[in-house]
Amino acid sequence: MAFQILLNLLIAVVWMALQNSYTPVDFLFGYVVGIFVLLILRTVLRFDFYMRRVYAVFKLFLLFSKELIMANIDMIRIVLSPKLTNKPGIVAVPTRLSSDWEVTLLASLISLTPGTLSMDFSEDGRTIYIHNIDVPNREEMIKDIQDKFEKAILEVTR
Amino acid sequence: MIEILISIFVLIGGFFSLLGSIGILRLKDVYGRIHAATKSATLGVVATITGTFLYFLIIDGEFSGNILLTILFVFMTAPVAAHIISRSAHRTGIKLWEQSTVDELVDTYPEKERQLHQQAEKTERS
Repeated sequence: MAFQILLNLLIAVVWMALQNSYTPVDFLFGYVVGIFVLLILRTVLRFDFYMRRVYAVFKLFLLFSKELIMANIDMIRIVLSPKLTNKPGIVAVPTRLSSDWEVTLLASLISLTPGTLSMDFSEDGRTIYIHNIDVPNREEMIKDIQDKFEKAILEVTR
Repeated sequence: MIEILISIFVLIGGFFSLLGSIGILRLKDVYGRIHAATKSATLGVVATITGTFLYFLIIDGEFSGNILLTILFVFMTAPVAAHIISRSAHRTGIKLWEQSTVDELVDTYPEKERQLHQQAEKTERS
């Protein structure tokens, strides 16, 4: 993947040299040309095109923005309700993610969406203990977290 | 027209920051207050900073990258702080609110720290 990005940057620089004008716009144009060159090369050299990952990152970002807004609306409901009827709790959520980097990203995203807060990890890093501001149903909450972010993170890293 | 859009962004940001403060006052335990302080603030900060960024971009015609970096740094530091505060609070035996349903974290602690939790519950009752 690093090799592809390097190649893409090289194509952009060569493009600037061919145009003989070194402005950011030319660089950007050269980069887009490089993406197309790599797209064609992909069928010949059989590598995993890195823009797929960029697209996955973009999708993760969109998902996170949506969750951020939805969860904030939930938070408004809890904080402004006349009587506090929410039932907080700490739930152990197992995760399929394996590397430290993935688990850290998942924990940070969980902490950033309102209503959930990652408190601790198990020794092997495979279980995250999450404090949730409202746990009506334990299994549902675990499934919710696994469905939401885990899949999107797996798409980025694998 | 564009000023109205910017005002909406800044007002949303202000509203969520206010909501965070109300949450700190109303929720009963440390963990709930961490939720209120860090979470409502994230959307509040994002909305306010987006408004500021748009103002400088459109009205002054200046692309200020360091304003956008503020969002990045808030997003990087807020979860870490929340994680460490809640973790150390729970380890030193601070009780959850009575309405809490489950606590699966305390079971994983070594004996000594679990005793700390039981002591805290006893002093609460007496």
